[in-house]
Amino acid sequence: MEKTWNNKAWFLVLPVLVLVAFSAVIPLMTVVNYSVQDTFGNNVFFWAGTEWFEELLQSKRFWEAMARNLVFSFIILAIEVPLGIFIALNMPKKGWGVPVCLVAMALPLLIPWNVVGTIWQVFGRNDIGLLGYYVNALGFNYNYVQDPVDAWVTVIIMDIWHWTSLVVLLCYAGLVSIPDAFYQAAKIDGASRWAVFRYIQLPKMQRVLLIAVLLRFMDSFMIYTEPFVVTGGGPGNSTTFLSIDLVKMALGQFDLGPAAAMSLVYFLIILLLSWVFYTVMTNYDAER
Amino acid sequence: MARIEVNHIRHSYLPNPKKDSDFALKEVHHTFEDGGAYALLGPSGCGKTTLLNIISGLLHPSHGQLLFNGRDVTRLSTQERNIAQVFQFPVIYDTMTVYDNLAFPLRNRRVPEADVDRKVRETLDMIDLASMANRKARRLTADQKQKISLGRGLVRSDVNAILFDEPLTVIDPHMKWVLRSQLKQLHRRFGYTMVYVTHDQTEALTFADRVVVMYDGEIVQIGTPAELFERPRHTFVGYFIGSPGMNVLPVALEGRTAMLGAQRIELPGVPKAEAGAVELGIRPEYVKLGREGMAVSVSKVEDVGRHKVVRANFEGKEIAAIIGEDDEVPAEPRVRFDPAGINIYAGSWRVEMGA
Repeated sequence: MEKTWNNKAWFLVLPVLVLVAFSAVIPLMTVVNYSVQDTFGNNVFFWAGTEWFEELLQSKRFWEAMARNLVFSFIILAIEVPLGIFIALNMPKKGWGVPVCLVAMALPLLIPWNVVGTIWQVFGRNDIGLLGYYVNALGFNYNYVQDPVDAWVTVIIMDIWHWTSLVVLLCYAGLVSIPDAFYQAAKIDGASRWAVFRYIQLPKMQRVLLIAVLLRFMDSFMIYTEPFVVTGGGPGNSTTFLSIDLVKMALGQFDLGPAAAMSLVYFLIILLLSWVFYTVMTNYDAER
Repeated sequence: MARIEVNHIRHSYLPNPKKDSDFALKEVHHTFEDGGAYALLGPSGCGKTTLLNIISGLLHPSHGQLLFNGRDVTRLSTQERNIAQVFQFPVIYDTMTVYDNLAFPLRNRRVPEADVDRKVRETLDMIDLASMANRKARRLTADQKQKISLGRGLVRSDVNAILFDEPLTVIDPHMKWVLRSQLKQLHRRFGYTMVYVTHDQTEALTFADRVVVMYDGEIVQIGTPAELFERPRHTFVGYFIGSPGMNVLPVALEGRTAMLGAQRIELPGVPKAEAGAVELGIRPEYVKLGREGMAVSVSKVEDVGRHKVVRANFEGKEIAAIIGEDDEVPAEPRVRFDPAGINIYAGSWRVEMGA
């Protein structure tokens, strides 16, 4: 077949190119530009080369924030995914309970993130907070402002409260798409409850679970608003995650060069980890 | 294998059924003989799947009893009844191989692995999938998947019955014939009690020794394909079986004669019904179109390949007649009713005719 060469087609992709350029490419390039220069204000820049990157990769502060981030993501995934599956399995499949459960599940997702932070900030306070006050009244010494462990527990519980619903809703969508005949056939084959889960429900949920894990991982690795509102990264640096550290550096100290270098490294790490997750899980899928 | 007695079973999906119309299954009383091949035939919503699910134990009936070989199993679970069922859409365990799919029901019942292996290999041969034993089940075609569903039933040597719920719906037409004849073969070789639900009359008539026709929650007739064709017990059976269905005409009786408008139709005997409004049923195959008999006006001729279907107006009623592929419709068409094909219905049910 004769191919038609026609450069007019470029006009058709132009709008999206312009949009992406302004929303992503140009800001990203600006960051790249900052990351290789130094400035003392007045819009005067000096070439710095890879200096900021070298400094960053040798900085203890960066690696500690990174470690906190990884531990945080690991803990919330380890809790939210099994818990989400468990709740989805126990949600009603028909009747008036369905809309009630769905709305209840969707509620935390609809609340703005800084409001979620504020809710838990007040909820956990040991002078006026419902949770903090009664936990202390029961004899536990709970104070997220002073104790790093308490701060971590608060941030993790808050994240579970906020985001488990997402896993639940995704899993539930996977579960209700399974035709009744599968459960009936399993009954006839004499399958146990565990076998039904292992060989029918889990395989059918696999795709949505992949999406759930990816979304939760990326989100938790970039978490900023909620811990910032609740603990402000403290006590000390105990809940200072990468994003909080980055904002401190960029806007608090106005160190544009180091902050730009950190942004880029941060971005590459998220890209790399997401790619690894995705590849591992889709390959596993293809092998089966 | 088992003889299955359905003992005055009624079923309603409502919690407190009161009227007759609340029941999906009004009252079914029938015995499926050991080793028989039965088809449950009827339109959508007639209760045939409900009856099947009651037999398999996926549903428990509101009233009545179910006996397997004389033993009451009404309250037993599906598993305890030892039934195999093949569903409309193939059910396979995606993550397992073909072999593991077949082994699954046995392993669930803690059968020793040596026996599992022997049984699975036997079954693979029966359903012609031996060469695919180690393939992932989800990569197979729809008809192969449906064979796996069937195989999971066959693999348990002691099943009481194999139930089919419209198993060929998603299968390609040319594979339908193949699968159906393989089913028949399995039935002849191993003598399973088989109950096959379908709304397709061809499927029912070719598969089963005896066809159970259901309509509106009731069994209206049980018989061989020939009986259903020649002597439909209910006008519904007449409509539903045959293509096109039976002509049903309102007539007035007078001894051996049925009168429709100005026409007098000679009957083969005296119907044992009150004289008065009844219906006359005659299949298009017995309506002879020619130059003699009663006058009709032809409205349409449909050529279906092997024969032609003539739609005509007879005393203000629509009737259908079948003529040969090469026959022509005469200029002044007339019809004659072959007495051998005439049935008389009172209140939709067939009445016997005396001499």
